[in-house]
Amino acid sequence: MNIKENIKTLIIKKPLNLDCGKTINNYPLAYETYGSLNKNKDNAILVFHALTGDQFVTGINPITKKDGWWSYAVGPNKSIDTNKYFVICANVIGGCMGSYGPSHKNPDTNKIYGTDFPVITINDMVNAQVNLLDHFKIKKLFSVVGGSMGGMQVLQFISNYPDKASTVVPIACTSNHSAQNIAFNELGRQAIASDHNWSDGKYLSNNTLPDKGLSVARMAAHITYLSKKGLQEKFGRKLQERDALKFGFDADFQIESYLRYQGSVFVDRFDANSYLYITRAMDYFDLVKQFDGNLSNAFKKTKAKFFVISFTSDWLYPTQENKDIVIALNAIGADVGFVEIKSDKGHDSFLLDVPDFLKTLKNFLDKSYSER
Amino acid sequence: MKTEYKIIVDLIEEKTRVLDVGCDDGTLMESLKKNKNVDARGIEISKDKVQTCVSKGLTVIEGNAELDLKQFPNDSFDYVVLGQTLQAFVNPEIVIKELLRVGKKAIITIPNFGHWKVRLNLLIKGTMPITESLPNDWYNTPNIHMCTIKDFVKFSKIINFKIFKSLALTNKNISNINNSNLFYKNLFAELGIFLIEK
Repeated sequence: MNIKENIKTLIIKKPLNLDCGKTINNYPLAYETYGSLNKNKDNAILVFHALTGDQFVTGINPITKKDGWWSYAVGPNKSIDTNKYFVICANVIGGCMGSYGPSHKNPDTNKIYGTDFPVITINDMVNAQVNLLDHFKIKKLFSVVGGSMGGMQVLQFISNYPDKASTVVPIACTSNHSAQNIAFNELGRQAIASDHNWSDGKYLSNNTLPDKGLSVARMAAHITYLSKKGLQEKFGRKLQERDALKFGFDADFQIESYLRYQGSVFVDRFDANSYLYITRAMDYFDLVKQFDGNLSNAFKKTKAKFFVISFTSDWLYPTQENKDIVIALNAIGADVGFVEIKSDKGHDSFLLDVPDFLKTLKNFLDKSYSER
Repeated sequence: MKTEYKIIVDLIEEKTRVLDVGCDDGTLMESLKKNKNVDARGIEISKDKVQTCVSKGLTVIEGNAELDLKQFPNDSFDYVVLGQTLQAFVNPEIVIKELLRVGKKAIITIPNFGHWKVRLNLLIKGTMPITESLPNDWYNTPNIHMCTIKDFVKFSKIINFKIFKSLALTNKNISNINNSNLFYKNLFAELGIFLIEK
């Protein structure tokens, strides 16, 4: 993966002790910002991206030349209003958009890491990103916001740094992966590993790419981001540019063609080893276990105001898993609001044009900001 | 603001923690925050109303009182308010016990089924009463456990909770309910408002 020069990168000198036992230092953290930091430095929002996201939250992504992954929610006058807030987003470590990851060279061997890169956790990602606060001399963020794996980082962040954010917005997420979540991730990893080109993760040194495997991984994952009803309404049994079945294994159905397309464009922008590392981080995430079986203890030290959002048709991180976070917060009398947004768009609802969601997120942030 | 809400605001002491169960569009919570400086939380079953509350900057969780009170620890609020919804629950006894577990005190308001108009309605027409505060037909009403002010007072003895204060709302006038005027209040009040304790 070619890392273009127009990626802002912070070199973190402070050593980071990873959960796996290894320590990294002098590592790059790629980030982007939107809007401007005010004089009091109290209008900053740290946005955390999901599995396949990156730091290019909104506007045109300079690498892919496509809209940023959260263009519906972030921008001038949008839910996360960049006229008002200073939005920061970093590429997670283990990722492939400039932050320290498996496509980087190991300084000890001068070879590309591949699967020799240390296993990263959600905790490690958050501990790397907190350095951005020092960089911008921000004592306390106005908010930490993120959906899916971004939501996991939100929860981990406020647990690790209880005084560093005034409001906390975990969206469509969970405090730990279910067996089903792990199963889907394993399916993706095995698809990559079974691509001959993967070569135990050494494909970059061999100048090959496990495109097929990564594409299948993306196809499988993509299904989990949508709802059955949404798929049925959009595609049903419609045929792809043909009037009748061809009695073969081409993409007869539109849904097949759509998934193949999703897979093919994904491999252009994502690194297969990063996919392994990040899905592993999600599977390992267990905030309940980190606090000896009591999720409430993760939030005991914070006075932040929480707002949890889930979606009716999200079966990847269903409402009940989001509600478990609400229950844990209520058990300690924390300030927590919760709403389940009605949407047919599945887990992906938070990334899409779902007006009720966008309006609610905006209302929560703007009202909390004016009352701060 | 509804007279009912004004009475509730008067009953609640300043700077306390209040949970409004079925907080609707948050009108009562707003008034409590403004007038009594309380830390107000709400539970509301309607998504639209939760969103309205969020737009007002109120802390509300979408949920159902019968299922979602469980998550709150004992005595986590000074007051728990239940406005005109006791009659809609499958098991009012469990709900009252939950309110008094979660809150040190509870304020419950009930539309009075003993009101003379209701009685007359059934007596003369011979059909289930439809009034301003009870606008639904028998087959589509959410109110499955209607009671009168007298029934509620009796219920306090059956399931053993203390009525600390009982007020009647009659044509926007507020009056105290006691043993000697119970018969009349039960006939003329549209609404009963009760401050109760374990």
